[in-house]
Amino acid sequence: MTDSKYFTTTKKGEIFELKAELNSDKKEKKKEAVKKVIASMTVGKDVSALFPDVVNCMQTDNLELKKLVYLYLMNYAKSQPDMAIMAVNTFVKDCEDPNPLIRALAVRTMGCIRVDKITEYLCEPLRKCLKDEDPYVRKTAAVCVAKLHDINAQLVEDQGFLDTLKDLISDSNPMVVANAVAALSEIAESHPSSNLLDLNPQSINKLLTALNECTEWGQIFILDCLANYTPKDDREAQSICERVTPRLSHANSAVVLSAVKVLMKFMEMLSKDLDYYGTLLKKLAPPLVTLLSAEPELQYVALRNINLIVQKRPEILKHEMKVFFVKYNDPIYVKLEKLDIMIRLASQANIAQVLAELKEYATEVDVDFVRKAVRAIGRCAIKVEQSAERCVSTLLDLIQTKVNYVVQEAIVVIKDIFRKYPNKYESVIATLCENLDSLDEPEARAAMIWIVGEYAERIDNADELLESFLEGFHDESTQVQLQLLTAIVKLFLKKPTETQELVQQVLSLATQDSDNPDLRDRGYIYWRLLSTDPVAAKEVVLAEKPLISEETDLIEPTLLDELICYIGTLASVYHKPPSAFVEGGRGVVHKSLPPRTASNESVESPETAPAGAPSNEQPDVIPTQGDLLGDLLNLDLGPPVSGPPLATSSVQMGAVDLLGGGLDSLIGGPNFVAPPAAAVPANLGAPMGSGLSDLFDLTSGVGTLSGSYVAPKAVWLPAMKAKGLEISGTFTRQVGSISMDLQLTNKALQVMTDFAIQFNRNSFGLAPAAPLQVHAPLSPNQSVEISLPLNTVGSVMKMEPLNNLQVAVKNNIDVFYFSTLYPLHILFVEDGKMDRQMFLATWKDIPNENEAQFQIRDCPLNAEAVSSRLQSSNIFTVAKRNVEGQDMLYQSLKLTNGIWVLAELRIQPGNPNFTDLEVSRLYFSSLSPRSSPAVPRTLISWPRLTLLLLKAEQTCMQAVGRRTGPLIEELRSQDSHFPTHTVCPEPCRGDWASQGATTADFRSPSAPPPSQSRPSEAVILAEGLVALVSPLPVLSRLLPQLELGRNLWRTCFLCRKPGRTPSAPMSAQAEVSLPASSGFPVRLRS
Amino acid sequence: MIHSLFLINSSGDIFLEKHWKSVVSRSVCDYFFEAQERATEAENVPPVIPTPHHYLLSVYRHKIFFVAVIQTEVPPLFVIEFLHRVVDTFQDYFGVCSEPVIKDNVVVVYEVLEEMLDNGFPLATESNILKELIKPPTILRTVVNTITGSTNVGDQLPTGQLSVVPWRRTGVKYTNNEAYFDVVEEIDAIIDKSGSTITAEIQGVIDACVKLTGMPDLTLSFMNPRLLDDVSFHPCVRFKRWESERILSFIPPDGNFRLLSYHVSAQNLVAIPVYVKHNISFRDSSSLGRFEITVGPKQTMGKTIEGVIVTSQMPKGVLNMSLSPSQGTHTFDPVTKMLSWDVGKINPQKLPSLKGTVSLQAGASRPDENPTINLQFKIQQLAISGLKVNRLDMYGEKYKPFKGIKYMTKAGKFQVRT
Repeated sequence: MTDSKYFTTTKKGEIFELKAELNSDKKEKKKEAVKKVIASMTVGKDVSALFPDVVNCMQTDNLELKKLVYLYLMNYAKSQPDMAIMAVNTFVKDCEDPNPLIRALAVRTMGCIRVDKITEYLCEPLRKCLKDEDPYVRKTAAVCVAKLHDINAQLVEDQGFLDTLKDLISDSNPMVVANAVAALSEIAESHPSSNLLDLNPQSINKLLTALNECTEWGQIFILDCLANYTPKDDREAQSICERVTPRLSHANSAVVLSAVKVLMKFMEMLSKDLDYYGTLLKKLAPPLVTLLSAEPELQYVALRNINLIVQKRPEILKHEMKVFFVKYNDPIYVKLEKLDIMIRLASQANIAQVLAELKEYATEVDVDFVRKAVRAIGRCAIKVEQSAERCVSTLLDLIQTKVNYVVQEAIVVIKDIFRKYPNKYESVIATLCENLDSLDEPEARAAMIWIVGEYAERIDNADELLESFLEGFHDESTQVQLQLLTAIVKLFLKKPTETQELVQQVLSLATQDSDNPDLRDRGYIYWRLLSTDPVAAKEVVLAEKPLISEETDLIEPTLLDELICYIGTLASVYHKPPSAFVEGGRGVVHKSLPPRTASNESVESPETAPAGAPSNEQPDVIPTQGDLLGDLLNLDLGPPVSGPPLATSSVQMGAVDLLGGGLDSLIGGPNFVAPPAAAVPANLGAPMGSGLSDLFDLTSGVGTLSGSYVAPKAVWLPAMKAKGLEISGTFTRQVGSISMDLQLTNKALQVMTDFAIQFNRNSFGLAPAAPLQVHAPLSPNQSVEISLPLNTVGSVMKMEPLNNLQVAVKNNIDVFYFSTLYPLHILFVEDGKMDRQMFLATWKDIPNENEAQFQIRDCPLNAEAVSSRLQSSNIFTVAKRNVEGQDMLYQSLKLTNGIWVLAELRIQPGNPNFTDLEVSRLYFSSLSPRSSPAVPRTLISWPRLTLLLLKAEQTCMQAVGRRTGPLIEELRSQDSHFPTHTVCPEPCRGDWASQGATTADFRSPSAPPPSQSRPSEAVILAEGLVALVSPLPVLSRLLPQLELGRNLWRTCFLCRKPGRTPSAPMSAQAEVSLPASSGFPVRLRS
Repeated sequence: MIHSLFLINSSGDIFLEKHWKSVVSRSVCDYFFEAQERATEAENVPPVIPTPHHYLLSVYRHKIFFVAVIQTEVPPLFVIEFLHRVVDTFQDYFGVCSEPVIKDNVVVVYEVLEEMLDNGFPLATESNILKELIKPPTILRTVVNTITGSTNVGDQLPTGQLSVVPWRRTGVKYTNNEAYFDVVEEIDAIIDKSGSTITAEIQGVIDACVKLTGMPDLTLSFMNPRLLDDVSFHPCVRFKRWESERILSFIPPDGNFRLLSYHVSAQNLVAIPVYVKHNISFRDSSSLGRFEITVGPKQTMGKTIEGVIVTSQMPKGVLNMSLSPSQGTHTFDPVTKMLSWDVGKINPQKLPSLKGTVSLQAGASRPDENPTINLQFKIQQLAISGLKVNRLDMYGEKYKPFKGIKYMTKAGKFQVRT
């Protein structure tokens, strides 16, 4: 007699039958019926219709029947909330039962019923159970708090259950402690800010005691919780390590890995000279090895984590290479991971063994695995120089097998070996060439073509070989086409006499017959290079290539440090910080770090690790490159031009005039409708408000008379976001000049050079007035302070918030993006003092509804002091009077773009320590530079200003973002007098190139060649566009190319990361991308 | 924590689902099916699969996928360990863990799962305690239950959970007091073509069956405890004592349990008890290849090697094999290309061998890969690492128990490359 009978039912009236049975008088029959119901439920049948009948069976002494009904309740209560209330009484009664098992069961089940109404009734019984004399009930109740929190967080807080839960951490029973920790951890996940697990040495001690006695699962919770603690010194760290070490011998692999996490983290704090440090290192190896003899699923997770550990502390497992040898019947996912770790552990000492193994793997059945094994051989060659020769000969052996995919993979890695050891193994080229015909994968073909092109001078029949590829040019993939183009150009430069025809053929194929913009562009570039200056062409095309790095696929040190803190979690399996992939549900709330605020201390969460832990300060870093590219695209594709057409001449006038022009059209326009006054100021209010309160920030005595208020430096770009480069900075204004004070810190392992900086267009046209001067290369752990002068003649675009500044910083590693908020007061100009008469006249004209008010609190200053302090920040007192014992100050200031702001300050002297400063009126006006500075042309109120800025932005967009079609027309009509450099100040142009960009790609299209008397249309187009958008060089490169092909700039952009993977940047030529339009007449000279 | 559990059979049907928190729609398993399709074999389905809102962690055992659904950051090992524990528990309860058995006992399964997790937190995972809470079905009990109307749910508080020794239930009584220990070692090894060892390591366990009355306190000492430098203990073992004296001191759980598992790593010299001589060649010209293997004993310390089974996956190009063994029986499955030879005992005087020809697909080129030979064997009364138990003492109880110890060496993943 088995349960399977419950599944066999007569189809007809099944529910009806069950109903009858449930209401039967016979106990036995009832129970059987409930079992049938449960069985149907488990396979997903809907039996919710039986709810009242099942609940009726609840009041029984039969424990099994009770449990079964509970099971049913948990599943269906949600769908029948009203009926579920019927069950409450029984629950409450059961919570008082003398049998602790029943009490625990009741409180446990109640928590699982996710109905709001029921949770209210749950509170009282739960409170009792949390203090129950029986630990079994207490530990069940602890988990119940977490359940309840999931349903109704507010209720849990209001009822004070969190405090009770915290008290349970010091419970005498270890299981209760473990469950309390588990519940708190889960609650803390959805409440990142609450300091629930506030650990101190006392509570740590309690946890460590409980650790020894609780169940394996409890140990995991406690260990994970311990890992969040930051010991105050190395002695405490050591004593915790000592007490955690025995957990390494636990049979449960999750306990072992959690213990490893705690040890790896706290080891950071121990000095390497310590004897204990060495002992600990030794103790870590065996448990990690043991994990590899567990089930394959466990092995997989363990291997992913070992991958991290090996990168962080290679010394732990350096002698354990053999355990990572692949077994024939390992699942493929284990095999691939083992291979990865083998390469990481490969060294001169064990390379022979590793190579023998890899060669063995290359003859296995699984294609993916074989490919990776072949690739691994190449990686070994690159990593261990002494082994390169053996690796190459191994690869040659493999090529001899003629197994198609092995040959192709081998050729791809040999190409990388050539790049690492140039001019060393060229003798093998002949062998490679034999296999030319069998290559059918693009990557292998491209690699082969690269080799032929690179060593064209040593291959007698290089032209024939390349020609044979050329026949099917249009059927090749883009990768191969590009490579072929470059290779033939290289060949031509090396053997100009024989190959002229070939190069012309390929150039015409690439430029005329191809639809691919990347290919076409590269074709044009080569064509133009070759036709104008063959010497330069040689320099560019045959340039020395940077060596590829030794270790590939290494995780950035800062990211690695973060991941070490996440050992044993999903983050460690994906090798991504949780913030990068946890999404949906509460995960996001939990992992997104608090936004950058001034009060660093208060947001410091206990998660902070001792070293290299995730920083809580997070500036508004533009999340990923992809996003930024998207942004830039949007920016260009922005709002359709709908406003009044703007005269092109205004473009020349630059940003200031744009504002004026916008203003004209705005104010003059009869259709102007005032926007809702309440809604809009918020945009502007926040930065302005905070700026003002900064100015009044009197606790910090920085704001001296000599200069304006300077905020302390804040971290703008944390090292973990920028491959080790940390940037912190602030803005200052001193004697009329704005500057950005930067501190660059190198936290990576390599030297940083070639710094450059650019700003995106912003609300006030801020732009660097000089290139970023970092004279010496920045070595690891060094930092340098730079003051970067700024001007406000850049392009204008309204930002959100208004004072947002997006910055791109480049170095030899990569380009990084971040954004920061600048204090508005750096834009207050020195001649901001309005004439007294004019102030009065202006003031009167202002309608009352254009008033904005706010208060500045905690400002213990009198009128005098306020006035002088404001003056130091270029906010001038025009007049002062005393009304009914209150000081009134009338202030004026002017922004760099000519906007006036008028303000009335009322100072209420009351409590000497507490003066209310009320800015009762704040007006903005704008002066067009053309009109007389003495007479403000118009005054506008706060809400209107926002609108004005929006308008100004639109006019900017009109000029910049217009599709090139009309723009060409415009440029044509202006051809004779279109000034190329009006908007773009000289230092901005071509910055990247002058800063030592490695290749020609950043050479912006400079002035037309002197030989040409009149610039051609194409040049004008390019120059015009560049000039318009110049402040952000990225854009300047992107815009013209946008017309030509979306992908080109993306590729050239991404190609710029040197040495990411050995095969990515095949040649420097891949990066060349200059704008050109089709049909550019070029004659080939050679 | 763990949200839900789905049990999926190899044909892709979800035949059981259990939710510990709110109900997660079973459509989440579609992601799993996708991954399953992509993987060629069931064993190759990756254990961690991300979906837009959940993570699926799975283990594959007894031809069933146990798929756990989690929503927040949970240590994956925790989940996987737990899933394995679930399977172990089912096996313990029902003898075998298979789809029909689970369906037959669906209510018990459900009750057990409910006891094992509460809101995703493990509650009772020790099979000792679970069995107290929910009695495993036996034929006798089923009969008794139907007659008396009693249930298989215990109404006792799982007392053990609260004591200082949560693994042992109280009030244990036996008439025959006995304690048996099995030292079982498995050799994992890779032997290369020429017969030299590439890597060899030993996974050892000491499984115990202790049926002793009351609260006995046992100590177990070894002749050569230095061998054990990488060990994992049952929670009952007092770690401090081991650290200082290298003696296992513990109050045992009642019944069967694994006292410790240990690992003798590749760095130590591991004795290899068997060797395989092989001569396999697929010839290019004719469609016939030669195949010959001989198995013989090596360092066996004078013990007999039994239960030898040789298996080998032949390359795809192999059509059939005509072989004759000197002893035992052999089969070759032309579909899966799996050769299996059940050798039995090895007689050192007359070494077993398997000889014959291999017929290859006509016209096809010579297979690239060389078949790997997998070996299974058993050696009774020998722990190949040399581990020996010195003595077992009991304190705390008056009676004299019957003690026994058994040694055995087995092949784990023992592979010979050709």
